[in-house]
Amino acid sequence: MGTYSVTEPSKASKWVAGLLVVAYTIITLLPLMWIISTSFKTGPDSISYPPKVFFEPTVEGYVNLFTTRTRPAVSELDTLPPPDGLFEEIARRQGTIITGPSRFGERFLNSVIIGFGSTALSIFLGTLAAYAFSRFKVPLKDDLLFFILSTRMMPPIAVAIPIYLMYRQLGLSDTHVGMILLYTGVNISLAVWLLKGFIDEIPREYEEAALIDGYTRFQAFRKVVLPQAATGIASTAIFCLIFAWNEYAFAVLLTSGNAQTAPPFIPTIIGVGGQDWPAVAAGATLFLLPVMIFTILLRKHLLRGITFGAVRK
Amino acid sequence: MAEIVIRNLRKEFGAFTAVKGSSFTIKDGEFFMLLGPSGCGKTTTLRMIAGLELPTSGEILIDGVDVSQRPASQRDIALVFQMFALYPHMNVRKNIAYPLASQGVPKAEIQRKVAEVAKILRIDHMLDKPVGGLSGGDRQRVALGRAIVRNPKAFMMDEPLGALDSEFREIMAEELRALHDRMLATTVYVTHDQLEAMQMGDKIVVMNHGVVEQFGTPQDIYDHPASLFVADFIGSPAMNFLRFEGNATKGAETVTLGDFPVTLPQVQEPAAGALVLGVRPEHVSLSDTAPLRGRIEAVEYLGTTQIVILSTPFGPVKARTSSALPAKPGDLTGLNLSAPRLSLFDATTGRALRTAANAGVFHG
Repeated sequence: MGTYSVTEPSKASKWVAGLLVVAYTIITLLPLMWIISTSFKTGPDSISYPPKVFFEPTVEGYVNLFTTRTRPAVSELDTLPPPDGLFEEIARRQGTIITGPSRFGERFLNSVIIGFGSTALSIFLGTLAAYAFSRFKVPLKDDLLFFILSTRMMPPIAVAIPIYLMYRQLGLSDTHVGMILLYTGVNISLAVWLLKGFIDEIPREYEEAALIDGYTRFQAFRKVVLPQAATGIASTAIFCLIFAWNEYAFAVLLTSGNAQTAPPFIPTIIGVGGQDWPAVAAGATLFLLPVMIFTILLRKHLLRGITFGAVRK
Repeated sequence: MAEIVIRNLRKEFGAFTAVKGSSFTIKDGEFFMLLGPSGCGKTTTLRMIAGLELPTSGEILIDGVDVSQRPASQRDIALVFQMFALYPHMNVRKNIAYPLASQGVPKAEIQRKVAEVAKILRIDHMLDKPVGGLSGGDRQRVALGRAIVRNPKAFMMDEPLGALDSEFREIMAEELRALHDRMLATTVYVTHDQLEAMQMGDKIVVMNHGVVEQFGTPQDIYDHPASLFVADFIGSPAMNFLRFEGNATKGAETVTLGDFPVTLPQVQEPAAGALVLGVRPEHVSLSDTAPLRGRIEAVEYLGTTQIVILSTPFGPVKARTSSALPAKPGDLTGLNLSAPRLSLFDATTGRALRTAANAGVFHG
């Protein structure tokens, strides 16, 4: 071998590192790729053995996901007028006719409202609380912070029954507000602790400079601290959203009609007219998108160290 | 511009008292130094004047108005932070304009003032740059620009040169002083560097452990330190202390150091017991015939002068002499102390005793 350098990795080690990353990426993405590819298969393709890697793509799964259908007698099918639009045509190809929209759209919208609503509320409360804990003399500060953390120490499902009973009494069962409050309650501890860490890192001098420059404490918070905390807020928001978006147990327990989110709904698709794996896969694929888009949008905040160089340490 | 009067200012943080009843007056247009070692309460004092800390008790009068319980935003005081504290998400122009924006100054006026200030500080070519990439000196200028742009009643500066490299520090110290002389703005400047304080200040307050040890002009503080702490803290090398048991009677013009009488300014405040005679290194001269004897331990060559380190029966003494004077470690010699420049301290209280020389300097 040639010269050995402490700072510059050798070519071979770069190759090994690269291969490891690629292998890990493939292992991680494979199930996702499988779900996405299944969502574009026909029913028979989705359960064929050996599994089909190459197939003729179709949006059948998506049509089935968004509609309810009946299967009329073949003779009756022939007497119908020609199909109206793409959805109808695809349904007709499977020997079915569309009778109406499914509830997926509604459930998906519930997930969006509850997921983003609870994320926004967690971040709003969490940022204010974290700022106060970071900057002010709060009586019993350490005890309060520990109390906030301790809410995470119990498995949430342990309190499922009490919450179920309380929610029924309060009329919060199966409501958007109820689910937003619940997910906020779970996420707030994470938000306070994460954000406090980020705000602790922002030098007080920035706010003090703003106070000296004639701004009120709140203006200083809004115009100086918040932009500095953007990175922390973005990453905290992603964590909160991922939890609220994916949460299953409480959603099953507490929602059934109005406020049901997508996670408990997707498995029920399978029961509608046989084992419709492409429709389930289509639901899962669409369900992945918002969190993915949200993460991609906030990615630059996650990576950018915006306070770099402004204060000499 | 403004006169700032501090009266019995006190600040407690829980059980810890950071400032214990300071009183002094900063005259209009003065370049005023708050000097002391770290943890002495100088920065806390500055922050109380600026309004970032509220005093536990005492008064802060700006132009005769007690502002001690008002928030910073209502005091019209600018503060330059040691770490600059430039808003990292704004460019140079926005940083400088930010204090004006809070006052609702019209945009055209802001543009004009920012341009004017940038020109004074010679940063007009970098107004649209982000602050992140600037050098230490340029950041310091931007911080100064942000302070002077709104023409505040007074400037507070918290070790503004502390974060700069030594070569920049010299330049910025000169620029700061020149800027002050041009604007004649009341300036309060915190530093732990006694040279900086002497070089730039019109007046100096020396603080230690939350107490004002001395308040006066650089000359008075250097020549007539009010306490052992000040005598030791100011000057490099520090004042020599010759410790002895003795007696200083009122009106006496000598004290007896062991067996030798030493002439000093007439004593006006009698004391007896453990005393300390203070003498600056430049007021010690070497003479073979002098009765106070010492042995040369080491010589530090400094160019035009040298520091001769001697051991004497009363402790080590440093003398600043011409470097032409031959001095070798191991030599025995005599020490002459320049009588009019001597200080006498009470070793137990650490306070300087009043003599004919310093009587005019001490006020209380």
